[in-house]
Amino acid sequence: MLIFKILLASAVLLLSLVVAMYSTLIERKVAGFFQDRLGPDRAGPWGLFQPLADGIKLFFKEEFMPNTADKFLYILGPSLTMLIACLTSAVIPWGPDIVINGQTFSLQMADVNIGILYIFAIVSIGVYGIMIGGWASNNKYALLGAVRASSQMISYELAMSLSIITIVMMTGSLSMRDIVNQQQGFNWNIWYQPLGFLIFLICAFAETNRSPFDLPECETELVGGYHTEYSSMKLGFYLFSEYINMFISGEVIATLFLGGYHFPFIDKLGLSPNVFAFVSFLVLFAKITFFGFIFMWIRWTLPRFRYDQLMRLGWKALIPLAILNVLITGVVILLNQ
Amino acid sequence: MFTNYIFYFLSALALYSGVMVLLSKKPIHSVLYLTLTFFAIGGHYILLNAQFLAIVHIIVYAGAIMVLFLFTVMLLNLNKEERSPKPIWVKALAIIAGVMLGLVLIGVFRGYDLHLVQHPMETQIGLVKELGRILYRDYMLPFEVSSILFLTAMVGAVLLGKKEQI
Repeated sequence: MLIFKILLASAVLLLSLVVAMYSTLIERKVAGFFQDRLGPDRAGPWGLFQPLADGIKLFFKEEFMPNTADKFLYILGPSLTMLIACLTSAVIPWGPDIVINGQTFSLQMADVNIGILYIFAIVSIGVYGIMIGGWASNNKYALLGAVRASSQMISYELAMSLSIITIVMMTGSLSMRDIVNQQQGFNWNIWYQPLGFLIFLICAFAETNRSPFDLPECETELVGGYHTEYSSMKLGFYLFSEYINMFISGEVIATLFLGGYHFPFIDKLGLSPNVFAFVSFLVLFAKITFFGFIFMWIRWTLPRFRYDQLMRLGWKALIPLAILNVLITGVVILLNQ
Repeated sequence: MFTNYIFYFLSALALYSGVMVLLSKKPIHSVLYLTLTFFAIGGHYILLNAQFLAIVHIIVYAGAIMVLFLFTVMLLNLNKEERSPKPIWVKALAIIAGVMLGLVLIGVFRGYDLHLVQHPMETQIGLVKELGRILYRDYMLPFEVSSILFLTAMVGAVLLGKKEQI
Protein backbone atom coordinates (compact mmCIF):
# COMPACT_ATOMS: atom_id res chain seq x y z
CA MET A 1 0.00 0.00 0.00
CA LEU A 2 2.75 2.40 1.01
CA ILE A 3 4.79 1.42 -2.04
CA PHE A 4 1.83 2.11 -4.28
CA LYS A 5 1.37 5.55 -2.70
CA ILE A 6 5.03 6.38 -3.22
CA LEU A 7 4.83 5.21 -6.84
CA LEU A 8 1.70 7.26 -7.39
CA ALA A 9 3.28 10.35 -5.85
CA SER A 10 6.37 9.98 -8.02
CA ALA A 11 4.23 9.44 -11.10
CA VAL A 12 2.14 12.54 -10.39
CA LEU A 13 5.23 14.63 -9.70
CA LEU A 14 6.85 13.41 -12.91
CA LEU A 15 3.65 14.08 -14.83
CA SER A 16 3.41 17.63 -13.48
CA LEU A 17 7.02 18.34 -14.39
CA VAL A 18 6.81 16.87 -17.89
CA VAL A 19 3.52 18.62 -18.60
CA ALA A 20 4.96 21.90 -17.32
CA MET A 21 8.01 21.39 -19.51
CA TYR A 22 6.00 20.82 -22.63
CA SER A 23 3.54 23.59 -21.75
CA THR A 24 6.34 26.03 -22.44
CA LEU A 25 6.66 24.65 -25.97
CA ILE A 26 2.90 24.54 -26.50
CA GLU A 27 2.60 28.09 -25.20
CA ARG A 28 5.09 29.32 -27.79
CA LYS A 29 3.44 27.27 -30.53
CA VAL A 30 0.03 28.70 -29.57
CA ALA A 31 1.48 32.21 -29.48
CA GLY A 32 2.90 31.58 -32.94
CA PHE A 33 -0.47 30.39 -34.17
CA PHE A 34 -2.23 33.49 -32.80
CA GLN A 35 0.34 35.81 -34.29
CA ASP A 36 0.42 34.02 -37.64
CA ARG A 37 3.95 32.64 -37.40
CA LEU A 38 5.45 29.21 -36.84
CA GLY A 39 6.87 29.27 -33.34
CA PRO A 40 9.97 27.27 -32.40
CA ASP A 41 10.72 24.55 -34.98
CA ARG A 42 14.53 24.22 -35.04
CA ALA A 43 15.22 21.74 -32.24
CA GLY A 44 13.92 18.36 -33.35
CA PRO A 45 10.78 17.67 -35.40
CA TRP A 46 8.19 20.43 -34.75
CA GLY A 47 10.53 21.85 -32.13
CA LEU A 48 9.91 18.88 -29.84
CA PHE A 49 13.32 19.16 -28.16
CA GLN A 50 12.96 22.87 -27.52
CA PRO A 51 12.06 22.46 -23.79
CA LEU A 52 15.18 20.31 -23.31
CA ALA A 53 17.31 22.90 -25.05
CA ASP A 54 15.80 25.63 -22.88
CA GLY A 55 16.41 23.61 -19.74
CA ILE A 56 20.05 22.95 -20.64
CA LYS A 57 20.53 26.61 -21.45
CA LEU A 58 19.08 27.67 -18.08
CA PHE A 59 21.30 25.20 -16.22
CA PHE A 60 24.47 26.47 -17.85
CA LYS A 61 23.76 30.17 -17.47
CA GLU A 62 25.85 32.13 -15.01
CA GLU A 63 24.68 32.02 -11.40
CA PHE A 64 24.28 35.62 -10.44
CA MET A 65 23.68 36.92 -6.96
CA PRO A 66 23.43 40.63 -6.10
CA ASN A 67 25.95 41.82 -3.50
CA THR A 68 23.33 43.33 -1.26
CA ALA A 69 20.94 40.41 -1.40
CA ASP A 70 19.88 38.46 1.64
CA LYS A 71 21.74 35.27 0.67
CA PHE A 72 19.60 32.66 2.38
CA LEU A 73 16.25 34.16 1.48
CA TYR A 74 17.42 34.80 -2.08
CA ILE A 75 17.88 31.06 -2.56
CA LEU A 76 14.84 30.14 -0.46
CA GLY A 77 12.47 32.16 -2.69
CA PRO A 78 12.54 30.08 -5.89
CA SER A 79 12.90 26.81 -3.97
CA LEU A 80 9.79 27.56 -1.95
CA THR A 81 7.84 28.55 -5.05
CA MET A 82 8.72 25.28 -6.73
CA LEU A 83 7.97 23.20 -3.62
CA ILE A 84 4.58 24.77 -3.03
CA ALA A 85 3.65 24.42 -6.70
CA CYS A 86 4.21 20.66 -6.45
CA LEU A 87 2.19 20.23 -3.23
CA THR A 88 -1.36 20.77 -4.45
CA SER A 89 -1.78 17.61 -6.48
CA ALA A 90 -1.74 15.45 -3.32
CA VAL A 91 -5.50 15.65 -2.80
CA ILE A 92 -6.67 15.47 -6.42
CA PRO A 93 -8.43 12.23 -7.33
CA TRP A 94 -6.85 11.15 -10.61
CA GLY A 95 -9.32 8.42 -11.45
CA PRO A 96 -11.57 5.70 -10.02
CA ASP A 97 -10.06 2.84 -8.02
CA ILE A 98 -7.90 0.33 -9.82
CA VAL A 99 -7.57 -3.37 -8.98
CA ILE A 100 -4.22 -5.15 -8.91
CA ASN A 101 -4.17 -8.82 -7.83
CA GLY A 102 -7.56 -8.49 -6.18
CA GLN A 103 -6.52 -5.46 -4.12
CA THR A 104 -8.13 -2.12 -4.79
CA PHE A 105 -5.95 0.95 -4.91
CA SER A 106 -7.20 4.50 -4.88
CA LEU A 107 -5.75 6.88 -7.47
CA GLN A 108 -5.66 9.69 -4.94
CA MET A 109 -2.65 10.22 -2.75
CA ALA A 110 -4.49 11.45 0.34
CA ASP A 111 -8.25 11.30 0.72
CA VAL A 112 -8.34 13.74 3.61
CA ASN A 113 -11.78 14.94 4.61
CA ILE A 114 -10.72 18.56 4.22
CA GLY A 115 -9.21 18.26 0.74
CA ILE A 116 -10.62 21.48 -0.57
CA LEU A 117 -9.35 23.45 2.43
CA TYR A 118 -5.94 21.93 1.85
CA ILE A 119 -5.98 23.45 -1.63
CA PHE A 120 -6.97 26.83 -0.13
CA ALA A 121 -4.08 26.59 2.29
CA ILE A 122 -1.54 25.80 -0.43
CA VAL A 123 -2.87 28.60 -2.63
CA SER A 124 -2.68 31.05 0.24
CA ILE A 125 0.92 30.21 1.15
CA GLY A 126 1.92 30.18 -2.52
CA VAL A 127 2.71 33.86 -2.37
CA TYR A 128 5.59 33.42 0.10
CA GLY A 129 8.08 32.31 -2.54
CA ILE A 130 7.47 35.39 -4.65
CA MET A 131 7.46 37.79 -1.69
CA ILE A 132 10.63 36.36 -0.17
CA GLY A 133 12.46 36.30 -3.49
CA GLY A 134 11.35 39.80 -4.42
CA TRP A 135 12.35 41.25 -1.08
CA ALA A 136 15.64 39.38 -0.78
CA SER A 137 16.87 40.67 -4.17
CA ASN A 138 17.12 44.12 -2.59
CA ASN A 139 15.97 45.81 -5.77
CA LYS A 140 13.18 48.35 -6.02
CA TYR A 141 11.57 46.75 -9.07
CA ALA A 142 11.68 43.31 -7.50
CA LEU A 143 10.17 44.65 -4.28
CA LEU A 144 7.39 46.38 -6.19
CA GLY A 145 6.69 43.15 -8.04
CA ALA A 146 6.58 41.21 -4.79
CA VAL A 147 4.25 43.71 -3.13
CA ARG A 148 1.96 43.66 -6.15
CA ALA A 149 1.93 39.87 -6.16
CA SER A 150 0.97 39.66 -2.52
CA SER A 151 -1.79 42.24 -2.64
CA GLN A 152 -3.17 40.74 -5.83
CA MET A 153 -3.19 37.24 -4.40
CA ILE A 154 -4.84 38.29 -1.15
CA SER A 155 -7.55 40.14 -3.04
CA TYR A 156 -8.36 37.30 -5.40
CA GLU A 157 -8.16 34.59 -2.77
CA LEU A 158 -11.30 35.99 -1.16
CA ALA A 159 -13.43 35.76 -4.28
CA MET A 160 -11.95 32.35 -5.05
CA SER A 161 -12.82 30.95 -1.63
CA LEU A 162 -16.32 32.40 -1.80
CA SER A 163 -16.91 30.76 -5.17
CA ILE A 164 -15.78 27.37 -3.84
CA ILE A 165 -18.04 27.67 -0.80
CA THR A 166 -21.06 27.21 -3.09
CA ILE A 167 -19.62 23.87 -4.25
CA VAL A 168 -19.14 22.82 -0.63
CA MET A 169 -22.73 23.84 0.15
CA MET A 170 -24.06 21.74 -2.72
CA THR A 171 -21.93 18.71 -1.93
CA GLY A 172 -22.10 18.88 1.84
CA SER A 173 -18.52 17.69 2.11
CA LEU A 174 -15.02 19.10 1.98
CA SER A 175 -13.48 15.96 0.54
CA MET A 176 -12.36 16.12 -3.08
CA ARG A 177 -13.47 12.54 -3.67
CA ASP A 178 -17.02 13.29 -2.51
CA ILE A 179 -17.11 16.37 -4.71
CA VAL A 180 -16.06 14.35 -7.75
CA ASN A 181 -18.40 11.46 -7.01
CA GLN A 182 -21.32 13.86 -6.78
CA GLN A 183 -20.78 14.90 -10.39
CA GLN A 184 -21.23 11.47 -11.96
CA GLY A 185 -22.08 11.27 -15.63
CA PHE A 186 -22.99 14.66 -16.96
CA ASN A 187 -24.13 16.04 -13.62
CA TRP A 188 -21.31 18.57 -13.54
CA ASN A 189 -21.18 21.47 -11.14
CA ILE A 190 -20.73 23.98 -13.93
CA TRP A 191 -24.39 23.59 -14.93
CA TYR A 192 -25.48 24.54 -11.40
CA GLN A 193 -22.79 27.13 -10.71
CA PRO A 194 -22.01 28.99 -13.95
CA LEU A 195 -21.31 32.23 -12.08
CA GLY A 196 -19.14 30.46 -9.53
CA PHE A 197 -17.22 28.82 -12.36
CA LEU A 198 -16.60 32.15 -14.06
CA ILE A 199 -15.41 33.79 -10.84
CA PHE A 200 -13.15 30.86 -10.06
CA LEU A 201 -11.65 30.91 -13.55
CA ILE A 202 -10.87 34.63 -13.37
CA CYS A 203 -9.36 34.22 -9.91
CA ALA A 204 -7.26 31.31 -11.16
CA PHE A 205 -5.68 33.63 -13.70
CA ALA A 206 -4.88 36.14 -10.97
CA GLU A 207 -3.54 33.48 -8.61
CA THR A 208 -1.19 32.00 -11.19
CA ASN A 209 0.00 35.49 -12.20
CA ARG A 210 -0.98 34.84 -15.78
CA SER A 211 -1.83 37.52 -18.27
CA PRO A 212 -4.06 39.60 -18.25
CA PHE A 213 -3.22 39.75 -14.52
CA ASP A 214 0.55 39.35 -14.70
CA LEU A 215 1.18 42.67 -12.99
CA PRO A 216 3.87 41.26 -10.64
CA GLU A 217 6.19 40.71 -13.60
CA CYS A 218 4.87 43.49 -15.81
CA GLU A 219 7.96 44.10 -17.91
CA THR A 220 6.88 47.45 -19.32
CA GLU A 221 6.91 48.99 -15.85
CA LEU A 222 9.00 46.75 -13.60
CA VAL A 223 11.80 45.37 -15.82
CA GLY A 224 11.17 41.75 -14.76
CA GLY A 225 9.07 42.18 -11.64
CA TYR A 226 9.93 39.98 -8.69
CA HIS A 227 12.51 37.94 -10.63
CA THR A 228 14.48 40.89 -12.00
CA GLU A 229 17.65 39.87 -10.16
CA TYR A 230 17.40 36.15 -10.81
CA SER A 231 19.35 34.20 -13.38
CA SER A 232 20.12 30.62 -14.30
CA MET A 233 18.02 27.83 -12.81
CA LYS A 234 16.65 30.05 -10.01
CA LEU A 235 14.91 32.09 -12.67
CA GLY A 236 14.04 28.79 -14.30
CA PHE A 237 12.28 27.66 -11.13
CA TYR A 238 10.15 30.79 -11.02
CA LEU A 239 9.16 30.48 -14.67
CA PHE A 240 8.68 26.75 -14.43
CA SER A 241 6.50 26.89 -11.34
CA GLU A 242 4.15 29.18 -13.23
CA TYR A 243 3.51 26.37 -15.68
CA ILE A 244 3.11 23.81 -12.91
CA ASN A 245 0.61 26.15 -11.27
CA MET A 246 -1.22 26.42 -14.56
CA PHE A 247 -1.44 22.65 -14.84
CA ILE A 248 -2.58 22.30 -11.22
CA SER A 249 -5.22 25.00 -11.47
CA GLY A 250 -6.58 23.43 -14.65
CA GLU A 251 -6.77 20.21 -12.67
CA VAL A 252 -8.56 21.87 -9.74
CA ILE A 253 -11.06 23.62 -12.03
CA ALA A 254 -11.75 20.36 -13.88
CA THR A 255 -12.23 18.53 -10.58
CA LEU A 256 -14.46 21.11 -8.95
CA PHE A 257 -16.59 22.22 -11.87
CA LEU A 258 -16.24 19.82 -14.79
CA GLY A 259 -16.82 16.54 -13.04
CA GLY A 260 -13.20 15.50 -12.58
CA TYR A 261 -12.68 12.20 -14.36
CA HIS A 262 -16.37 11.64 -15.01
CA PHE A 263 -17.75 11.65 -18.50
CA PRO A 264 -21.26 10.93 -19.80
CA PHE A 265 -21.95 7.39 -21.06
CA ILE A 266 -18.51 6.14 -20.09
CA ASP A 267 -20.01 3.68 -17.60
CA LYS A 268 -22.19 2.25 -20.38
CA LEU A 269 -19.15 0.91 -22.24
CA GLY A 270 -18.72 -2.01 -19.83
CA LEU A 271 -14.96 -1.72 -19.45
CA SER A 272 -12.95 -3.67 -16.90
CA PRO A 273 -11.99 -1.60 -13.81
CA ASN A 274 -8.40 -0.92 -14.81
CA VAL A 275 -9.19 0.08 -18.40
CA PHE A 276 -12.04 2.17 -17.05
CA ALA A 277 -9.66 3.93 -14.67
CA PHE A 278 -7.24 4.56 -17.50
CA VAL A 279 -9.92 6.00 -19.79
CA SER A 280 -11.21 8.16 -16.92
CA PHE A 281 -7.73 9.47 -16.32
CA LEU A 282 -7.41 10.33 -20.02
CA VAL A 283 -10.72 12.21 -19.81
CA LEU A 284 -9.44 14.22 -16.84
CA PHE A 285 -6.22 14.90 -18.70
CA ALA A 286 -8.15 16.10 -21.76
CA LYS A 287 -10.08 18.54 -19.56
CA ILE A 288 -6.85 19.83 -18.03
CA THR A 289 -5.34 20.29 -21.48
CA PHE A 290 -8.41 22.22 -22.54
CA PHE A 291 -7.95 24.62 -19.62
CA GLY A 292 -4.27 24.92 -20.40
CA PHE A 293 -5.24 26.01 -23.89
CA ILE A 294 -7.71 28.57 -22.47
CA PHE A 295 -4.96 29.99 -20.26
CA MET A 296 -2.76 30.46 -23.33
CA TRP A 297 -5.57 31.68 -25.56
CA ILE A 298 -6.41 34.48 -23.13
CA ARG A 299 -2.79 35.39 -22.58
CA TRP A 300 -2.20 35.98 -26.28
CA THR A 301 -5.53 37.71 -26.89
CA LEU A 302 -6.16 40.15 -24.06
CA PRO A 303 -3.94 43.11 -23.11
CA ARG A 304 -2.68 43.48 -19.55
CA PHE A 305 -4.86 45.19 -16.95
CA ARG A 306 -3.80 48.36 -15.20
CA TYR A 307 -3.11 47.87 -11.50
CA ASP A 308 -6.06 49.91 -10.21
CA GLN A 309 -8.35 48.15 -12.68
CA LEU A 310 -7.18 44.82 -11.34
CA MET A 311 -7.94 45.82 -7.76
CA ARG A 312 -11.29 47.32 -8.68
CA LEU A 313 -12.30 44.15 -10.53
CA GLY A 314 -11.33 42.02 -7.57
CA TRP A 315 -12.91 43.98 -4.75
CA LYS A 316 -15.84 45.73 -6.39
CA ALA A 317 -17.00 43.18 -8.95
CA LEU A 318 -15.88 39.64 -8.12
CA ILE A 319 -16.32 39.62 -4.33
CA PRO A 320 -19.89 41.07 -4.33
CA LEU A 321 -20.84 38.71 -7.17
CA ALA A 322 -19.39 35.77 -5.27
CA ILE A 323 -21.31 36.72 -2.10
CA LEU A 324 -24.50 37.04 -4.16
CA ASN A 325 -23.81 33.61 -5.60
CA VAL A 326 -23.46 32.15 -2.11
CA LEU A 327 -26.76 33.73 -1.05
CA ILE A 328 -28.64 32.46 -4.11
CA THR A 329 -27.21 28.97 -3.68
CA GLY A 330 -28.23 28.94 -0.04
CA VAL A 331 -31.80 30.01 -0.84
CA VAL A 332 -32.14 27.43 -3.63
CA ILE A 333 -30.81 24.63 -1.40
CA LEU A 334 -33.28 25.63 1.36
CA LEU A 335 -36.21 25.73 -1.09
CA ASN A 336 -35.36 22.30 -2.45
CA GLN A 337 -35.32 20.66 0.94
CA MET B 1 6.66 5.63 18.07
CA PHE B 2 7.25 7.47 14.85
CA THR B 3 4.76 10.17 15.86
CA ASN B 4 6.84 10.72 19.01
CA TYR B 5 9.81 11.76 16.94
CA ILE B 6 7.63 14.05 14.85
CA PHE B 7 6.30 15.56 18.07
CA TYR B 8 9.80 16.30 19.38
CA PHE B 9 10.88 17.68 16.02
CA LEU B 10 7.86 19.98 15.76
CA SER B 11 8.20 21.15 19.36
CA ALA B 12 11.87 21.93 18.90
CA LEU B 13 11.09 23.75 15.67
CA ALA B 14 8.30 25.77 17.28
CA LEU B 15 10.45 26.75 20.26
CA TYR B 16 13.49 27.57 18.17
CA SER B 17 11.61 29.71 15.67
CA GLY B 18 9.63 31.33 18.48
CA VAL B 19 12.86 32.42 20.16
CA MET B 20 14.32 33.50 16.83
CA VAL B 21 11.34 35.82 16.29
CA LEU B 22 12.69 37.84 19.20
CA LEU B 23 16.39 37.51 18.42
CA SER B 24 16.37 38.28 14.68
CA LYS B 25 17.80 41.64 13.73
CA LYS B 26 15.75 42.19 10.61
CA PRO B 27 11.96 42.52 10.99
CA ILE B 28 11.39 40.41 7.87
CA HIS B 29 13.28 37.51 9.43
CA SER B 30 11.15 37.82 12.57
CA VAL B 31 7.99 37.62 10.49
CA LEU B 32 9.24 34.57 8.61
CA TYR B 33 10.24 32.81 11.83
CA LEU B 34 6.79 33.54 13.21
CA THR B 35 5.30 31.91 10.10
CA LEU B 36 7.48 28.87 10.71
CA THR B 37 6.18 28.72 14.29
CA PHE B 38 2.63 28.66 12.97
CA PHE B 39 3.48 25.80 10.66
CA ALA B 40 5.01 23.82 13.51
CA ILE B 41 1.88 24.37 15.62
CA GLY B 42 -0.24 23.32 12.64
CA GLY B 43 1.76 20.09 12.61
CA HIS B 44 0.87 19.54 16.26
CA TYR B 45 -2.80 19.86 15.41
CA ILE B 46 -2.40 17.13 12.80
CA LEU B 47 -0.74 14.89 15.39
CA LEU B 48 -3.87 15.38 17.53
CA ASN B 49 -6.05 14.27 14.59
CA ALA B 50 -7.44 17.79 14.27
CA GLN B 51 -6.94 18.21 10.53
CA PHE B 52 -9.58 20.89 10.19
CA LEU B 53 -8.02 23.03 12.90
CA ALA B 54 -4.57 22.51 11.41
CA ILE B 55 -5.61 23.63 7.93
CA VAL B 56 -7.65 26.57 9.18
CA HIS B 57 -4.74 27.58 11.37
CA ILE B 58 -2.46 27.62 8.33
CA ILE B 59 -4.97 29.39 6.08
CA VAL B 60 -5.76 32.10 8.60
CA TYR B 61 -2.40 32.70 10.25
CA ALA B 62 0.24 31.65 7.73
CA GLY B 63 -1.81 32.38 4.64
CA ALA B 64 -3.57 35.61 5.49
CA ILE B 65 -2.32 37.39 8.60
CA MET B 66 1.38 36.74 8.13
CA VAL B 67 1.24 37.70 4.45
CA LEU B 68 -0.28 41.02 5.49
CA PHE B 69 2.42 41.42 8.17
CA LEU B 70 5.13 40.70 5.64
CA PHE B 71 3.51 43.12 3.24
CA THR B 72 3.49 45.92 5.81
CA VAL B 73 7.02 45.25 7.02
CA MET B 74 8.32 45.28 3.43
CA LEU B 75 6.74 48.67 2.83
CA LEU B 76 8.08 50.11 6.07
CA ASN B 77 11.68 49.67 4.90
CA LEU B 78 13.08 49.00 8.37
CA ASN B 79 16.41 47.87 6.98
CA LYS B 80 18.46 50.77 8.21
CA GLU B 81 18.66 49.69 11.83
CA GLU B 82 17.31 53.01 12.95
CA ARG B 83 15.82 51.61 16.10
CA SER B 84 17.00 53.86 18.90
CA PRO B 85 17.58 52.33 22.35
CA LYS B 86 14.48 52.55 24.47
CA PRO B 87 14.46 54.64 27.66
CA ILE B 88 14.83 52.76 30.92
CA TRP B 89 11.25 53.21 32.11
CA VAL B 90 9.94 51.57 28.93
CA LYS B 91 12.13 48.55 29.59
CA ALA B 92 10.95 48.40 33.20
CA LEU B 93 7.32 48.58 32.11
CA ALA B 94 7.92 45.83 29.54
CA ILE B 95 9.43 43.55 32.17
CA ILE B 96 6.53 44.17 34.59
CA ALA B 97 3.96 43.49 31.87
CA GLY B 98 5.76 40.32 30.80
CA VAL B 99 5.96 38.97 34.34
CA MET B 100 2.26 39.70 34.90
CA LEU B 101 1.31 37.88 31.71
CA GLY B 102 3.43 34.94 32.83
CA LEU B 103 1.65 34.88 36.21
CA VAL B 104 -1.74 34.88 34.49
CA LEU B 105 -0.69 31.97 32.26
CA ILE B 106 0.61 29.99 35.22
CA GLY B 107 -2.65 30.65 37.06
CA VAL B 108 -4.67 29.43 34.10
CA PHE B 109 -2.71 26.24 33.66
CA ARG B 110 -2.70 25.45 37.40
CA GLY B 111 -6.48 25.48 37.45
CA TYR B 112 -6.72 23.28 34.37
CA ASP B 113 -6.56 19.53 34.65
CA LEU B 114 -3.69 18.75 32.30
CA HIS B 115 -3.89 15.13 31.27
CA LEU B 116 -2.18 13.22 28.55
CA VAL B 117 -4.28 12.36 25.52
CA GLN B 118 -4.05 8.58 25.46
CA HIS B 119 -5.11 7.82 21.91
CA PRO B 120 -4.88 11.04 19.93
CA MET B 121 -6.02 9.34 16.71
CA GLU B 122 -9.34 8.35 18.31
CA THR B 123 -10.39 11.85 19.31
CA GLN B 124 -12.83 13.24 16.83
CA ILE B 125 -13.21 16.76 18.16
CA GLY B 126 -10.86 18.36 15.66
CA LEU B 127 -12.63 16.93 12.60
CA VAL B 128 -14.88 19.25 10.73
CA LYS B 129 -18.11 17.33 11.40
CA GLU B 130 -17.76 17.23 15.17
CA LEU B 131 -16.51 20.77 15.38
CA GLY B 132 -19.38 22.07 13.26
CA ARG B 133 -21.91 20.19 15.36
CA ILE B 134 -20.53 21.63 18.57
CA LEU B 135 -20.20 25.17 17.23
CA TYR B 136 -23.66 25.32 15.69
CA ARG B 137 -25.56 23.40 18.35
CA ASP B 138 -23.97 24.04 21.72
CA TYR B 139 -22.30 27.37 21.13
CA MET B 140 -24.57 28.88 18.49
CA LEU B 141 -25.05 32.28 20.15
CA PRO B 142 -21.41 33.03 21.08
CA PHE B 143 -20.37 31.95 17.58
CA GLU B 144 -22.78 34.30 15.86
CA VAL B 145 -21.97 37.15 18.25
CA SER B 146 -18.27 36.77 17.53
CA SER B 147 -19.04 37.02 13.80
CA ILE B 148 -20.70 40.39 14.49
CA LEU B 149 -17.54 41.39 16.34
CA PHE B 150 -15.52 40.59 13.23
CA LEU B 151 -17.91 42.54 11.05
CA THR B 152 -17.53 45.54 13.33
CA ALA B 153 -13.76 45.31 13.09
CA MET B 154 -13.96 45.13 9.30
CA VAL B 155 -16.24 48.15 9.05
CA GLY B 156 -13.95 50.01 11.46
CA ALA B 157 -10.89 49.21 9.34
CA VAL B 158 -12.62 50.47 6.20
CA LEU B 159 -13.66 53.66 8.01
CA LEU B 160 -10.13 54.30 9.27
CA GLY B 161 -8.69 53.57 5.84
CA LYS B 162 -10.93 56.04 4.07
CA LYS B 163 -9.14 59.32 3.43
CA GLU B 164 -11.97 61.74 2.79
CA GLN B 165 -14.52 62.81 5.38
CA ILE B 166 -17.74 60.85 5.49
